[in-house]
Amino acid sequence: MTGWEAAIAIIGLAIITVATRGFFLYPERELPLPGWLKQGLRYAPLAALAAVIAPEVLMTQGHLLTTARDARLYAVAAATAYFFWRRGILGTIVTGTAVMVTLRVGLGW
Amino acid sequence: MSRSIPAPQPVWRHPEFGNGARDMVGVSLGIAAWGLVTGVAMAKSGLPIPLAVLMSLLVFAGSAQLAALPLIVAGAPIWMVWAIALCVNLRFVIFSAAWRPYFVHFKRWQRMALGYFTADLNYVVFMKRFPEPRPAPEQIPYFWGGVAVNWPSWQLPTMIGLALGDSIPTEWGFGFAGILALLGLLYSLLNDHASRLAAVIASGAAIATVALPLKLNVVVAIAAAIVAGLLIDHVTPREAKPIVEDAT
Repeated sequence: MTGWEAAIAIIGLAIITVATRGFFLYPERELPLPGWLKQGLRYAPLAALAAVIAPEVLMTQGHLLTTARDARLYAVAAATAYFFWRRGILGTIVTGTAVMVTLRVGLGW
Repeated sequence: MSRSIPAPQPVWRHPEFGNGARDMVGVSLGIAAWGLVTGVAMAKSGLPIPLAVLMSLLVFAGSAQLAALPLIVAGAPIWMVWAIALCVNLRFVIFSAAWRPYFVHFKRWQRMALGYFTADLNYVVFMKRFPEPRPAPEQIPYFWGGVAVNWPSWQLPTMIGLALGDSIPTEWGFGFAGILALLGLLYSLLNDHASRLAAVIASGAAIATVALPLKLNVVVAIAAAIVAGLLIDHVTPREAKPIVEDAT
């Protein structure tokens, strides 16, 4: 791709951001979404989060982990323990990342 | 239906602006680590730096950027670049249905501006603060307060990552902070039995379908969790849970 083509591709990507994030926001008339779907939408955010997290923690290159010597497991365990102890997200991130970096740099996991 | 809520004072003077910003600060460290890693990845991809800066500032969607990058660099057809980004962004289409009752009474250009900034974390934080899907005047200051923290926490580290590129040791694993931020948010949403089970189902579905291209496993997982959640709601006796109703 030339620079100009890449720039056009990027502008198109920005339009896709606006189009997808606002998809159901733009129509003026109420959309005929069935009631059950509206109620079910309350599960969408936690499902999206879980769907992004689970493979990142439990899989390596498309396969489930086969070893317990993986820094991610201990980082998640520490972060989980912190969260249910103090309920703070910032502390959860700091605790888990500290464990992660320590195991990666210290033990090479 | 097109009217805007009159603003008696600038949005950043409203007390809820500060609350929105504060609630986002908790997760901003994760956003920052994630932005930094994205910046490094863009620098390493071989995309010229000015284009990478343009991409980050305009597209403002990390996972779509990371998916589209290799295709742009490899010179793939432009429609393929856009198709990939559309699929990766499908979850936002689902989220936008949930945003609608809060924002539908604004003018269309305002809805476009709001929609552009509705990234993943704003969504989760906002829905936690305002679980009832009906509009309220404090929602807009709260929303923009969150954006005021979220946007720079993403863009600045991305620029730093772009500038430093290889000299940042990503093998140390601090990019995992982004996942930990998502994890903390997820835990804060698990308030009842049904939501915990829906999260387990979504995790399983995402892992089982991870081989699907274009991160479509996320869409499968959302669908599976909605179905599972509705089934649980259906079979369990009534308990206090937010009833979703029309805001209009």
